[in-house]
This record gives sequence, structure tokens and C-alpha cells, in this order.
Amino acid sequence: MTFFLEVLIGGLLSGVLYALVALGFVLIFKASGVFNFAQGAMVFFAALTFVGFTEVLPGWTGLAPGSGAVFWLAFILALSSMIVLGIATERVVLRPLVNQAPITLFMVTIGLTFFIEGVAQGIWGSHVRRLDLGIEDVPVMFLLDNFDMMISQFDVIAAVLALVMFVALALMFQYTKVGRALRAVADDHQAALSVGIPLKHIWAIVWSVAGFVALIAGLIWGARNGVQFALTFTALKALPVLILGGFTSVPGAIIGGLIIGASEKLAEVYLGPFVGGGIEGWFPYMLAMLFLLVRPEGLFGEKHIDRV
Amino acid sequence: MFYREAGQFKASYQNDQQIFPIRQDQIGFIALMAFMFLVVPFIANQYWLQAVLIPVLIFGLAALGLNILTGYAGQLSLGSAAFMAVGAFGTYNFMLRIDGIPFLVAILLGGLCAAAVGILFGLPSLRIKGFYLAVATLAAQFFIVWVLVKFGWFSNYSSSGVITAQHVSILGIDFRTPEMKYLLTLSIVVVLALLAKNMVRSSTGRKWMAVRDMDVAAEVIGIRLMRTKLQAFAISSFYCGVAGALYAYMYLGTVEPEGFNLDLSFRILFMIIIGGVGSIMGSFIGAAFIVLLPVFLNVAFHGTIGAYVPADLASNLELIIFGALIIFFLIVEPHGLARLWQLTKEKLRLWPFPH
Repeated sequence: MTFFLEVLIGGLLSGVLYALVALGFVLIFKASGVFNFAQGAMVFFAALTFVGFTEVLPGWTGLAPGSGAVFWLAFILALSSMIVLGIATERVVLRPLVNQAPITLFMVTIGLTFFIEGVAQGIWGSHVRRLDLGIEDVPVMFLLDNFDMMISQFDVIAAVLALVMFVALALMFQYTKVGRALRAVADDHQAALSVGIPLKHIWAIVWSVAGFVALIAGLIWGARNGVQFALTFTALKALPVLILGGFTSVPGAIIGGLIIGASEKLAEVYLGPFVGGGIEGWFPYMLAMLFLLVRPEGLFGEKHIDRV
Repeated sequence: MFYREAGQFKASYQNDQQIFPIRQDQIGFIALMAFMFLVVPFIANQYWLQAVLIPVLIFGLAALGLNILTGYAGQLSLGSAAFMAVGAFGTYNFMLRIDGIPFLVAILLGGLCAAAVGILFGLPSLRIKGFYLAVATLAAQFFIVWVLVKFGWFSNYSSSGVITAQHVSILGIDFRTPEMKYLLTLSIVVVLALLAKNMVRSSTGRKWMAVRDMDVAAEVIGIRLMRTKLQAFAISSFYCGVAGALYAYMYLGTVEPEGFNLDLSFRILFMIIIGGVGSIMGSFIGAAFIVLLPVFLNVAFHGTIGAYVPADLASNLELIIFGALIIFFLIVEPHGLARLWQLTKEKLRLWPFPH
């Protein structure tokens, strides 16, 4: 039983991180109808930019390497780069493609993925780096002593960070003017335009917020597995989460992430041995696909009505 | 002046329904075939045959398969490489386990295996649409590669699933030299491409396009959705499977399941985006473009900079240029290179008297 709980909790915690990446997708899809495949590349770009700045900043400014000032300065610089990237994407790539078919927009983001990956590695080099957030990857002592469970402290703190961000975003969406505008645009582009919400600004903001989410996701993932090219594959992990939760629902992304994270780990541990292991790679997709056969619009997605 | 149909009268239905209705097109096609079959094997060197012409033909065939599914039937797929893998491993197993099976039969059976798997993974398309379906095809991509790696039977228990293509000989003729391999690949590709060309202008293809343009409307006018979609999946997977078998037997010689990864699927997708979604010729133009781009970039780096470019910088630059080109193409010409060719033909019809 303890082992089961351990696997379950470990899965749920990694699910939070999937949800973090999926959240970036949902934000952009809701506001602009673009299925942004480049979200994974953005995560990679953000993490690499952050690490790159922490490496070069001490040399430029004379601050002590690894100090808090370097961390925050690098964070701000990385965040600004993400915002610039988001606005540039909206300007250069998406604006000329307004009113094109969704599949065209999807493919253009695949092109964008390659571009961002190339730029990120071109600037900062392509070797694997370590990212140290100052949180050690050790089991939580309290749980180990009292319940004999191995739960990584890092995972817990990362999940808490992610949850704080979810709450902050939810509050922003609910109570600020910008958030209201974002929700209006997500609801209905034309109606939002007709009450005077500037659509282009909103898109720029959404891409920036997605950049911010990508930065947080990149920091956590990067600290866990090292900042390397494989970070871009987090996007692939987020896809089944999206299908499960529905493309347009923020709570869906979170719950989908939790389900995928937990079931993936449980399947690997309990089903894996029967078929030779390594099923983590495809299990989420199969699960999502089977789920879709029952509910084609995902858990919380909008019901699609076909009209001729 | 030279390219127009004026004066070419169609006196019979047979004439009216030819693949190439304009005489200049017929002449052009015959000339192209004569050149590809009779001239190229003698003038092209080893490098051109092995590294450019054969892969262009094979990838063109795979792109054609994806184009049938995505371009004509409107079902976005990100798993074409997996169906290529099924074709390659299927052909390998038929060659291995049935004594004296002719290569062409094995490749046909391999393609049929891919078609069967395609139907299986096409089943969700009946309920799922658009991006949701794209993600469902990713399930095929990861699952099939995993099965091929995990179960040794498929690769005759070689380490990490690597297969080495058997020696190919048809009617006593050996296919060892690049020239012979090129000719065999070309023959298969030409036959399948002509078949596809005919298919898309027959009722089959028109049904696909009706489903692509609006499936509910297609259903209302009496097109059976399930049959049409699964048919598109089957035929598309068959083409990909044959391409996969050729990829293993005519191009690389040894392949492993990991070689048919998501990257390859994306490359095939790019071929049809750049070549032209919903165009037979576009598939081949796109394949040529994607195969030749790295070669071209390599030459360009060495030509302009002259000095040695570090390998990782070069590969990053390649990524950047690749991504930028895709974005550029989609913004400037969302219908791909094939559309440019079509526009040229339209212009040629009027030239040199535009009015």
C-alpha cells in the first residue's frame, strides 16, 4: 500500500509539471485559436536563456556567481526575452496568417519550433547544462520517517510552485481588467472586438503570459533533468494531457496533467513488467485516445456541434 | 504560344478522360520518363544516385502517402514514419520466413501489413477530428516503434531491433549496383504515383475531397464516412509502407525501429507542406526540396565562408533556416511549390499574348 501511494504521489507530482506545459498550450489556443506546437521549444528556449544569463552575468556585472541578485537578474532578463519572443511571433508569424485554416497555423508553429531551437542553441551552445535552483533532490524526511514513503522534496516544492502559479493566473483572469479582456477574447473574438478590446494587444499579452509559463516550466524541468534539447519533448508529453482535459480548459489542463502523470507511473510499475517495460512512452497517448472514443471533446472541452 | 489546348479536340470519352489531357503535358511526361529511365542511370554518378535520387523518390512516395491522407482526405497524421516502419519490417519478415518469395510480392505484402495497421489506427478518426486526431496518430507513432523494439520476433532477435535487408533479385537479375536499385525504385514509384494520380481524379478521390471539405455535408449527400476515411487511411498507409520497405532495401540497407521516429514523420509532413498539400507532383517536389536543402546549405557554407564551420553551429543554422523557410512558405504561398508550377502553367497558356 505504501508503495502504491508512493508511486501515485510521485506520478501526481510529475503530472503537475505536465499540466504546467499544457497550460501554455491552452492559454494560446483559447485566445487565438492557434495550436502552438512551439510551446516545448519555448520551454527549452526559456530555460537555456536563464542558464545562459546566470553564466555570463557574473562576468558582466561583477556579481558573485550563484548569488540571489544574479538569479533574479537572469530571471528578469529571461522573462523579457520570452516577452520579446512572444510579441515578435505575434507580429511576424501570426499576423500575416490571420484567417488561415487552423492546420496552416499549426504547421507554422512547427516551423517556429525549429527556428526557436536553432536560435537558442546557436546563441547559447548545444551542450547539456545543470540548472541549480537551490532545492535538493532528497526524500522528504518527515514522510520517510513516519510513513516510510520516498517522496522527493524537489518534486513537492516544484508542485507547490506550480500550484501557486495556477492560482495567481486564475486570480489574474478573474479579477484584473486584462484578465477579463483575455476571457472575453477567448469566448468570442468578434464580440470582444465589437466592445473595443484591442485583439492584437491581447494576443501579444497572451503570448507573453505563455512565455512566462514556459519559463517557470523550463526552470523546474531544467533543474530536474538538466537543460538540454530533450526539454523540447515536454511538449509531446503535454499533448495527451491536452486531449484528456480538452484544448480550451485551464482546469482541464491541470486535471488532465494529474491523471496522465499518475496513470503513466502506475502503468509503468504495475503493467510494465508484463510486456517488458518502457510503456511510459506511449501509454499516455493510448489512454488519451481511448478516452477520446468515449468523449471526443475531452473532459472539459467545449462540445463541438457540426453544422453544414 | 507553345503550351495551350487550343485545337486539340476530344472526339471520344476515352480521349476526354486521359490522365494528361493536354498534348504538351503528354509529351513532357514521356520525355521526363525517358530521361529518368534511359539517361539518368548513365550520366549520374554513384553519389547522386545513392544520396539524392533514390531518397528523393522514396521520400516522395512516403509524402504521397501522407498527402493522400492529409491533403486529399483531410485527416492530419503525425505517424507516417511508423507506417513506413511497418512496411519495412513486414517486408523483411516475409523475405525471411517464406523461402523463395519474390521481392515484389514481399513488398506488396509489407505494404498490405501497413495498410492493416493503418486501418486499425484510423478507427479513432471516425469519432475524433482535427488536432485531436493528430495526437491520436502520435499514439501510433510511439506504440509501433515500441513494439518493434520490444518484441525481438519482428527483427529476428537482433540486438536493439536492427534489421539488415536481404539481397534482392528479381527473375534472376541482381539489384546490387546503385543504378539497378535506382531503376527498381523508380519503376515502383512511377507505377504507384500514376495509380494515385488516377485514384484522386476518380470517384474515390472525389469522395476523399468531399470529406475533407466538410464531412457532414459529404455524409448528407450519401458518402459513407467510415468507408471513405478508413479507405484513405489504408491506401495512405500502404504507400507509406512500400516507401518504408524501399527505404530499408534500396536506400539504407540496415535500419532500426528508432530510425522511423517522430522526426522522420515531421520531415514527411514538411515535404507535403512545402511541396503542396493536395498535389501528387507536390509530394515529389517537396521531397526533393527537403533532401537537397542540407546538401545545398552545406555547399553554401563552404562556398561563402570558405573556412570550416563548426558542426553544431552548422546544424543549428540548418534548423534556423529550415524553420524560417517553412514559416516563409506558409505565409507567402500556403499551397506550396506545386501551386507555383500551376501558376506558371496558367501564365504559359496566355503567353506571349496576355489578352
